[in-house]
Amino acid sequence: MLHKVIMAGFGGQGIMTAGKILAEAALREGRNVSWLPSYGPEMRGGTANCHVIISDDLIGNPIISEASAVMVLNQPSFDKFGNNVVSGGKLIVNSSLIAEKSPKDDIGTVYVPANDIAAEFGNKKVINMIMLGAYLKATGVVEISTIMKIVSEILGQKNPELLKLNQDAILKGAELADEALGGEAGR
Amino acid sequence: MSKELWKGNEAIAEAAVRAGCKYFFGYPITPQNEISEYMASRLPEVGGCFLQAESEVASINMVYGASGAGARVMTSSSSPGISLMQEGISYIAAAELPCVVVNIVRGGPGLGGIQPAQSDYFQACKGGGHGDYKLVVLAPNSVQEAVDLVQEAFDIADLYRTPVLVLGDGMIGQMMEPVEFYPIPKRELPEKNWAADGTRGKRPPNIINSLYLKAEECEIENLRRYEKYAAIQKSEVKCETYNLENAEVVCVAYGMTSRVVSNAIDTLEKAGINAGLIRPVSLWPFPSGIIAEVAALPGVKAFLTVEMSMGQMVEDVRLAVSGKKPVHFYGRTGGMVPEVSAVVNEVKRITGEEI
Repeated sequence: MLHKVIMAGFGGQGIMTAGKILAEAALREGRNVSWLPSYGPEMRGGTANCHVIISDDLIGNPIISEASAVMVLNQPSFDKFGNNVVSGGKLIVNSSLIAEKSPKDDIGTVYVPANDIAAEFGNKKVINMIMLGAYLKATGVVEISTIMKIVSEILGQKNPELLKLNQDAILKGAELADEALGGEAGR
Repeated sequence: MSKELWKGNEAIAEAAVRAGCKYFFGYPITPQNEISEYMASRLPEVGGCFLQAESEVASINMVYGASGAGARVMTSSSSPGISLMQEGISYIAAAELPCVVVNIVRGGPGLGGIQPAQSDYFQACKGGGHGDYKLVVLAPNSVQEAVDLVQEAFDIADLYRTPVLVLGDGMIGQMMEPVEFYPIPKRELPEKNWAADGTRGKRPPNIINSLYLKAEECEIENLRRYEKYAAIQKSEVKCETYNLENAEVVCVAYGMTSRVVSNAIDTLEKAGINAGLIRPVSLWPFPSGIIAEVAALPGVKAFLTVEMSMGQMVEDVRLAVSGKKPVHFYGRTGGMVPEVSAVVNEVKRITGEEI
């Protein structure tokens, strides 16, 4: 297995956290993994990204140019990374902030109105978890149950309410990806 | 212990603590700030001391003092900060004090940028400060190797009474990878009977100094120290090779760049082109012997050195190859990272394939 995903968005949208949770899940499932963040002046409001590689073999270059999947949360990230998905790959788009559609017809694209759904949940901080859920369902790269376990370890003791909210957000994202891709999800 | 995800900088700091480092003096600079941040909270837990100095000049001189008193001590910085430390590093090398200095290199010269680079190779390996001295320079290419080498660096420093420089780049400092902390084999180390740690009225004072006003004496000291460097060159070369069997083009790359090159080699193999890799892990002592041996192989047509610089290590590769084969260079600079496809194309250019 060799899976390369770029996650990108505004600083503060939770991109780094989503990538870390994914990397941790892959590690627990026995894979090799690398997590490489952008580390410029990408604070709240700027754009940030992380490159996560999951592999059964040793990982070479941690920088991704040909991505198995790209998850973008804002327009600048769509512009920058939207074309990096390889044929047969998956593109997960936050359609609340990205009006454009991908011109690529050889990839699976999921449009998730993450900001709008987060507003329905009453907490805009779960945008990243909604997107992560959609990405997980679309790619099947790690088990959602592994992700749920990690999220509960992070939030379970501190804040059970927030845990439920995050887990619901992940499941909602997964549900949307399933609908969008139909039988294609997880392939 | 099972593997855990660690950020490079934090893993380097934890590795130092596990190696018995009790003192850390530093001054903030991106992309290595997590080392200081981690040490600030971690060292008090082990009865050590973290101190943020007023400058890099101050922090390296604090290292001089702590090491002179016999403590295990480390500092870290990034390129411009390491430049400021050069006077102190020269003094520490002259006074033969063991310590570990970490340089998480960023693009230069000048203030440069904060993205990863390897353009401090000359500074690390060819002096940096003034006078006749050498540093042991270790260049990890993964977070795990950074952890292993930092721990070993303290033993090498104590064994030879020399500063050891761990040379990383912004990528290795910032990325997360699985790490396992396991006890590294400890070396048999001499007692620090030279330390200026108080006579308790029982022995004559130890004096730590690097001033020799009589040229004859200064020469004797330098000659003696170079005997030590010769011993290091004999025993401490570290190097890895990949896919050298049947290689027509042999790439030489260290640190994170070696991982870009190993991907390129795999891509080339699929296209039926045989390329291999020599990865110096110790940049000083440089693995000249291995490179010379490979240069003499009849199947090897050319060398390609790949660096995140305008070409620094390539000079040592040329010296080692010694004219036996052509040595090419490909590099990106200023914080840019070579792409796998660019390395593939460079190798193809050398073998005369169509790109």
